[in-house]
Order: sequence, then C-alpha cells, then structure tokens
Amino acid sequence: MSMHAKDSTERGIDYMTDTRPIAAGGNTPGCKKRDPIVVAENVSRSFGGINAVDVEYLEIPRHKITALIGPNGAGKTTLFNLLTGFDTPNSGKWQFEGNSLAGVSSYKVARMGMVRTFQLTKVMGKLTVMENMRLGGSSQPGERLSKALFKGLWGGREKEITAQANVLLEKFKLDAKKDDYAASLSGGQRKLLEMARSLMVQPKLVMLDEPMAGVNPALTQSLLDHIKNLKAEGMTVLFVEHDMNMVRHIADWVVVMAEGKIVAEGPPGEVMKNPAVIDAYLGAHHDVDLGDAEGIKELEAELEADEESVVGTEDAGILSVDVIAAEVAQEKEQK
Amino acid sequence: MDYSSILSSAIGELISPTTAAYALAALGLAVHFGYSGLLNFGQAGFMAVGAYGFAISTLTFGVPFFVGLLIAVVASAVFALVLGIPTLRLRADYLAIVTIAAAEIVRYLVTTSGWTAVTGSANGLADFEDGFYSMNPFPEGSYLGMNNRDFFIRVVGWGLVVVCCVLIWLLMRSPWGRVLKGIREDENAVRSLGKNVYAYKMQALIIGGSLGALAGMVFTLPRGAVQPSNYGTELTFFLWTCLLLGGMATVLGPVIGAMMFWVVLSLTQGVLTGLIESGAVTWLSTIQAGQLRYILVGIALMLLMIFRPQGVFGNKKELAFA
Ligand SMILES: Nc1ncnc2c1ncn2[C@@H]1O[C@H](COP(=O)(O)OP(=O)(O)O)[C@@H](O)[C@H]1O
Ligand SMILES: [Mg+2]
Repeated sequence: MSMHAKDSTERGIDYMTDTRPIAAGGNTPGCKKRDPIVVAENVSRSFGGINAVDVEYLEIPRHKITALIGPNGAGKTTLFNLLTGFDTPNSGKWQFEGNSLAGVSSYKVARMGMVRTFQLTKVMGKLTVMENMRLGGSSQPGERLSKALFKGLWGGREKEITAQANVLLEKFKLDAKKDDYAASLSGGQRKLLEMARSLMVQPKLVMLDEPMAGVNPALTQSLLDHIKNLKAEGMTVLFVEHDMNMVRHIADWVVVMAEGKIVAEGPPGEVMKNPAVIDAYLGAHHDVDLGDAEGIKELEAELEADEESVVGTEDAGILSVDVIAAEVAQEKEQK
Repeated sequence: MDYSSILSSAIGELISPTTAAYALAALGLAVHFGYSGLLNFGQAGFMAVGAYGFAISTLTFGVPFFVGLLIAVVASAVFALVLGIPTLRLRADYLAIVTIAAAEIVRYLVTTSGWTAVTGSANGLADFEDGFYSMNPFPEGSYLGMNNRDFFIRVVGWGLVVVCCVLIWLLMRSPWGRVLKGIREDENAVRSLGKNVYAYKMQALIIGGSLGALAGMVFTLPRGAVQPSNYGTELTFFLWTCLLLGGMATVLGPVIGAMMFWVVLSLTQGVLTGLIESGAVTWLSTIQAGQLRYILVGIALMLLMIFRPQGVFGNKKELAFA
C-alpha cells in the first residue's frame, strides 16, 4: 500500500478497509449517506421534451468508489456534465463538500477538487503526452501571464509537476510514450492518458466516464488496482462503466440510472440481484442475478434461445450488458 | 531584362518596413490562430485601429509620440475586448464572423464623411510622423544606399519584430503558452483541468491584436499617411497567406512568411514587367501583370497547402490530426 494509505491510517481510518456502512439508513434509491461528498436535489435536464436527467435526490459517499451504471441513454454522461458545470440543468441544486455548485463555471468546479474525464476522450493531440500531463498540474505560477516570461518564477514548480507526471505515467504504462504526440496514441492509451491527466489536478472527487472503454484487457487489471488505490490516497471515485465484472471488482457502491432517474442503489452484490436493475437493463429476462456466475450462466442459457442474441457468437463468455440491452430493445421493436 | 534591378528590388522588399509590418501582424495571427485556435479574420481592423489611434491622437490631441503609441495599443486592446466579450464563450466560428464584420465597420467609420475633421474620411490623415523622425539618431547620409529616415524606420520596424518574436517565444514556451495550446486542441478538456479558458482566450486576443496595432503603426509611419483603403479585407487575407506560408504555430514562421510573400510579389512583378517591356509578352499589360501576380500567389498557396501544409517552418507532426 502507498505512503498515503499510511497517512490515512494515522488519522485513524484506512479507507481501503473501512467497512462502516455507507448508507445512513436503508439502501433505497436516493438514500442518505453517512458521509456524502456530493448531494444533488431535483436536478433535471431535458432535451426537446425528453428528460435526459431527472434525479430527485442523490448522495455520493466520500472516500468510496461509486459505480454509476445504466443502459445507454440513461443519462449518466448528462448527469456528469450537469454536476461538473459543463451543462446547465433546467432545475435543481447540488453541492460538493457543502458548497453549492449551481451556476458555478466548470473550471471553478475542477479547482474545487471535482475533476471529470469525458466519454469521448479528450486529449490534446498536437501536444506531447508529457505536455498533456503537465497541463493538469495545479498552482503553476507560470500559467499566469504576468509571470510567464520569467522562467525563474515557475521553473521550480515545473520540475515538481514533471516529477508528479512521471510517477503517474509509469503507473499507467505510458512512460515510454511521454515524448510522443498524443495524437499518435491508440484509443485505449488516450483513455489512460486522460485519466492520468485528471489525477494531475489532485482531485478530491474524480469522475470517470467509461474509463475502461477500449483499454487493452491486459492492462485493465492493473488499472483497476490503480483506481482502487486512489481511495487509499483519500480520493473519492465516481465512474460510469458497462462491464459488470469491473463494477463488482472495485465498486463499494452502485447507483443505477434508467431513463434519467435513479432506480436503485446499494452495494454491488445486492444491486445486481435487484429486479428493478435487471429490468432497466434487459427488459425481459427478469429472474437472474447479474452479480454471480450462476445468474450469468442462467441468462446466457436463456439468451441462447434467442436468435438475435450475441451469446454464442465470438462474444460468447463476455457479458457485455449494453450490447445485450441494445439487442433486446431491437428484438422488442421487431415484435 | 534588367535582372540586377529586379533582384535588388526584391531584396529591398525583404527588409522593407511594410514587410516588417506584415511580419508583426502575421505574428499576431500566429498568437491568435496558431497557438490559441482563435479565428481572427479582422487583423486589418486591428492594424487600422493602431494606425488611426496613433494618427488621431497625434494630430487631434497633439500628444507626444510615445503617448500616441500607448493610445494605439490601448485602443486595440479595447477593440479586442469589445470583440471578445460576446464571442469568446461561443464556438470559434462566431469570432471569425464578428472580426470580419468589425474590421469592415472600422474601415467604414473612418471613411464616413461625418467625422472628416478627425479621420480625414476617404483621404485619410497625414503629417503625424514628425514626432517619430525627430528621434532619429542617425545623421543625414547614406546607409546601405538608404537615407537616414528610411534607415531609421527599418531599424525600428525590424527591431520591433525581433523584440516581439522573442517575447512571444518566451510566452509560448511557458506554462501559460501551454494552456493556450491546450485550448487550441480542446477547450473543454482544459476547462476540466481547472483553467479559466475564457480569460486565456481574451489575453491571447489582446496580445495578438496589440501586435496588429504595432504593425499598423510600422505600416503607416514610412508612408506618412493613413488611408482607409489600405486596411481592407484583402490585407487580412495577405496576412493569413504569410502565416500559412511560414507555418502557423511557430514564431519565425510568420516573419519568414511575410518576407517570402513580398519577395515573390516583387520578383513576379519585376519579371512580368521586364517580359512585357522587352516585347516577349504581348498579351498582357503591365496593369494586368500586377493583378496576375496575386493570382500566382494564390496558386503558390494552393501548392503549398498540398505539398507542405505545415508551412516552411512548421512541424509536420503538429499537423497530425486525431
Ligand atoms: N446535447 C444533447 N442534445 C440532445 N439530446 C441529448 C444531448 N445529450 C444527451 N442527449 C440525450 O439524453 C439522453 C441521455 O444521454 P447520455 O447522458 O449520453 O446517456 P448515457 O451516458 O447514460 O449513455 C439520451 O437520450 C441522449 O440522446
Ligand atoms: Mg455516456
């Protein structure tokens, strides 16, 4: 475990092994948390009559890894945009560490310690990987026009930022690429770079929108460990992910969205047994537990009977829920 | 054909004050577009604001040279603010439209006969350069075949180019410049890292615009006159040509681009005129030759975009698109 973990242990709590309950009461959708970092109330956003997000109440637990799951179009990315100031809701209020964020511009949200990545990866293609990383560095006096001309005023901080970037790049297996232009990276490497860059800001809450999409499977395991370790460094993580294995592996808490609403919340094991969740994802195929291998086998068997199902093709064995959900929706339409 | 005079006039263009002015203004465009991704299609407007700001404050208010210079730069900064405040929060194309329009508005404002006493309307203003030449440290005589006035304005113009290039180079290698380049690539990503994108874009717009204002002064001083017709839209597009010739995200690119632009114009003019006068070309008048060379510049630009899109000095890798 890292040095930071020791720090947090010294303060009495090890966030890696903290087993105190997350919810303050029952695990109902929109339940109160023992120690929330984000609280959102009645946040709604509609696009041309369609309610993309309509969240009545949501708390994100501090020092935990929360997965935000739900079928495509559930409103997860839109919720990210709203919470981080990249989009403005039609109504609602929300706060981060007790500070109201309604109307606060996105860069200020990031400075307060709430940093997000994008589903459609955003790297600066014509900057090198290292320059991308340095851009994330905080309190660099040289970023002010009045000091930019004088290297003496910012060279020292630049060295610290570079050292910080080197450590992260190594963790994310990008150190060999650091002098390459980011445009030359593969899709998965760009995801990694974006995540590493967001950590350069040293956020309190890091919000990752589909961090594993396109990442080389050989890398995912070590990446999952890095995400887990963020907790040890005192960070809170909120991430969107479709891969249930990953969710089960690292999430302490799962929030399920469907059609803009929070439909279920709870620890991963519990949520994946929840009929409302299975409903949201699959429509039919109610009576399975996505959380254990038995349930998945059951579902696969059931899907095998369906001609349109992806199971039994080259995807066999990989339960990619969003693909199945799309297939099922298509199937429904045809009926 | 008199090759030596064709060549010497081309070399003369290389260091002419007009070339220095183009280099400065194109450097401003490099700050705008090459480094920050801001589409300014009204750099001629910034030059006009600088030139008129200086000329009017000298003639109407009788201020000394350096106060006039300061007023010119401040006026261009205000111009940048006025253009930037409503547009820099919007998509890049809004700034492009607004700058084209604003540059034309400036030109019409100084042309309108309502304010002839101040702006001189279509005839423009003259006789504002005495304050400048009175500072000339070079006694009368011949300097590389130039008189002391011509030599002085070249020294000042190119001195200014060198100083501005060094300043911009220092800025762009700093973390401040890095944020600008990040904004050029993806401003939302930069926002998500906690940088105030709007403020950076405004600073870049003002700095590039001030370079335009200085260019306007360097352009106008050796002529001893400002005229609205000098600041038309085609000036902006010549500046873009210089920028594209030299390379967009470089400091030396716009300078070399401006030199190439004027040398090529001068050479083609000289060669075409020579051919016509010697009777080798009969299907072209000298006036048509003057127009033909701009067509040639256009063709050269097209060839450049096809075979060396990064410009002469640009880095090919920086063009690699995602
Ligand atoms: N800018 C937009 N304009 C119109 N509709 C949008 C926009 N952004 C999202 N939507 C709609 O909002 C819904 C939620 O989208 P999104 O938040 O991207 O879902 P998710 O990330 O959960 O897959 C979808 O129906 C989508 O079509
Ligand atoms: Mg999404």
